[in-house]
Amino acid sequence: MLAAEQAVATPPPSVAAKTSAVACRNVSMRFITDRRTVTALENISFSVERGGFLSLLGPSGCGKSTLLRIVADLVAPTTGQVSVLGMSPQQAREQRSLGFVFQDAALLPWRTALQNVELPAEVGGLRRRPSGAPTPRELLKLVGLEGWEQSFPHELSGGMRQRVSIARALLGGPRLLLMDEPFGALDEITRDRLNEELRRIWLETGTTILFVTHSVYEAMFLGEEVLVMAADPGRVREIVPIALPRERDLSIRETEPFMRVAAKLRGLLGRGTP
Amino acid sequence: MTASDIAPDLGRDLARDIAAAEAAWHRARQREVWRRRLLPAAGIGAALAIWAALVYGLKVPPFIAPSPLLVATTLYAKLDVLMVNLVPTAIEAVSGFLLGNLTAILIATVFVHKKTMEEAFFPVVVVINTIPVVAKAPILVLLLGNGMEPKIAIAALICFFPTLVNMVRGLESVNPQAMELMRVLSASKREVFFKLRLYNSLPYLFSALKISASTSVIGAIVGEWVGSTYGIGALIIQAMYNFDSAMLYATVIVGSVFSVVFFLVISFAERMIVRWQAPVGH
Repeated sequence: MLAAEQAVATPPPSVAAKTSAVACRNVSMRFITDRRTVTALENISFSVERGGFLSLLGPSGCGKSTLLRIVADLVAPTTGQVSVLGMSPQQAREQRSLGFVFQDAALLPWRTALQNVELPAEVGGLRRRPSGAPTPRELLKLVGLEGWEQSFPHELSGGMRQRVSIARALLGGPRLLLMDEPFGALDEITRDRLNEELRRIWLETGTTILFVTHSVYEAMFLGEEVLVMAADPGRVREIVPIALPRERDLSIRETEPFMRVAAKLRGLLGRGTP
Repeated sequence: MTASDIAPDLGRDLARDIAAAEAAWHRARQREVWRRRLLPAAGIGAALAIWAALVYGLKVPPFIAPSPLLVATTLYAKLDVLMVNLVPTAIEAVSGFLLGNLTAILIATVFVHKKTMEEAFFPVVVVINTIPVVAKAPILVLLLGNGMEPKIAIAALICFFPTLVNMVRGLESVNPQAMELMRVLSASKREVFFKLRLYNSLPYLFSALKISASTSVIGAIVGEWVGSTYGIGALIIQAMYNFDSAMLYATVIVGSVFSVVFFLVISFAERMIVRWQAPVGH
C-alpha cells in the first residue's frame, strides 16, 4: 500500500489517510511558462471523511479545479502527498473508484442518454462491479430522466444533459464523486433544482462528494463543509463546517443561520482578493 | 395531434382558430417545399434557354458549339458508346476513391497515434499534393503502364489529401473533457480510438468523402487523357480532335451525371450513418 509507505516515510501523519476518503498534505502545483513560473496551488492540506460532502469555494483562478484534477489523477502535483481512499490517486483511478462530472456534460453526441450512462461499463475493464449496484436505467431514474433513455444529447436541455452525466459518473458505484462546477453553465432555476436533487442523491447513495463551485449559496447548501480558497497563489483560507440539518430544501437559504454563515464566507472570499 | 386533442376544454372559437393557424402553417410549409423543387428546375431551364438563344441567335457553327437539342439527340443516339466508355471510367473512379480514402484513413490513424510520423511525413504529403494532377498523370503512366492502374492511382491521389487532412482533424478534435473522462475511466488507447475518436471523425470524414466523390471522377478522366483509347476521358479527346462538339458535350454530361450520382450516394450514406447532430463551431 502506497499510502502506508508514505505514512511511514513522513511521520507523524497529521491526516488519517486510512479513514478519510481524500487527504491532501502540503500539496503544491507550479506551472512553468515561457515568461514565469505560476504557482497555482501552495501548501494545500485538507481531508474529507468517507461519506462526506466538501464544497471547494473560491474565486476564478484560485486553483480549485486544479485541486480536483489532482485528486482525479488528471494532473500530478509538483510536491505534496495525496491519498484517495487510502491509495494513490493513480491506484484509485485504475480501480475505478472515481466518478467525475465536468462543467460541460461531455456526453458523446452519437450515443443516446442510456448508452452514455453505459459507457463506463464498456471501457477500462471495469473490475469491480459490486453486486446490487444500480443499473444504467435505475441511475437515469435516480436523476429524474425516466422515459428519456433513447434521446440523443442534442434533444435534451442543458440541465438534462448534466443529469445524464451525473448518472454516468455514478455507474459502477464509485466511492468518490468529483464535480467540477457541474451546474455553472445552467440557469438559476435549473441549478436550484439540481442542487436539491444532488443533495438527495448524496443522501441515498452515501458517496463521498467533492464539489467545486464559485457560488457561496451552492457551496453552503450542498456541503457539510466548505473549503474556502484564496487566489494568487491558490491556498486554503479556511475550512468552514456547515451546521445545517441533513435533510435540506432550498428554503433553508432564507433562514438566519444560513445567512450568517453566508456572510462569513463572503467575508473570507473578500479578504482573499488583492 | 389536432387542436382539440391539445385543448379539449377550450371554447370552440379558440379551437377553430388554432385549427386554422395549423392549416395555414401546413400550407406555408407545402409552398416552401414546392419552391425548393421548382426554383432549381427553373434555373436549369433558363440556362438551357440562354444557351439555345446564343447558339441560334449568333449562328454558331456546330463544330464550335452545339445547340442543346443537338446535344440531346446525340446523347440518345450514342448512348451505347457513351455507356460502354463510362464503365471503365466509373471502375477507375470508384477504385481510386476506395484506395485513396482507405489509405488516407489508415495513415491518419497512424499520425494521430505516432506524432513523430506526422511531423516527419506530413510535409512530404503536402509537397506531393502541390504537384498538379496533369503533371502527376504522365509520371504515373510511365510508372504503371497504359492500363487502368495509372488512372486508379491518379484518382486515389486526388482523394487522398483532403481525406487525410480532415481525418486527422476529426480524430484529434475530440472534446477535451471527453478525453479526460476516458482517462478517469482508465480507458485504453484502443478504446479511446473506437469509442471516441472514430465517431468524432465521421462528420469530418464525410465532408472529405463528398469532395472525393466528384474529384475521383476528375482524376480518372485526366488519367485517360494521357494516352488511353477507352473511357470518358478518351472520348473527350477524340471528340475534340474530330470537332464533334455535340459528342464532346454529351460525353461531358455523362461524366458529370456520374459524378453527381456518386456524390448523392455518399450523401445518402452520410445521412444513414451520421444520425446525431454534427458538431458545430469546429
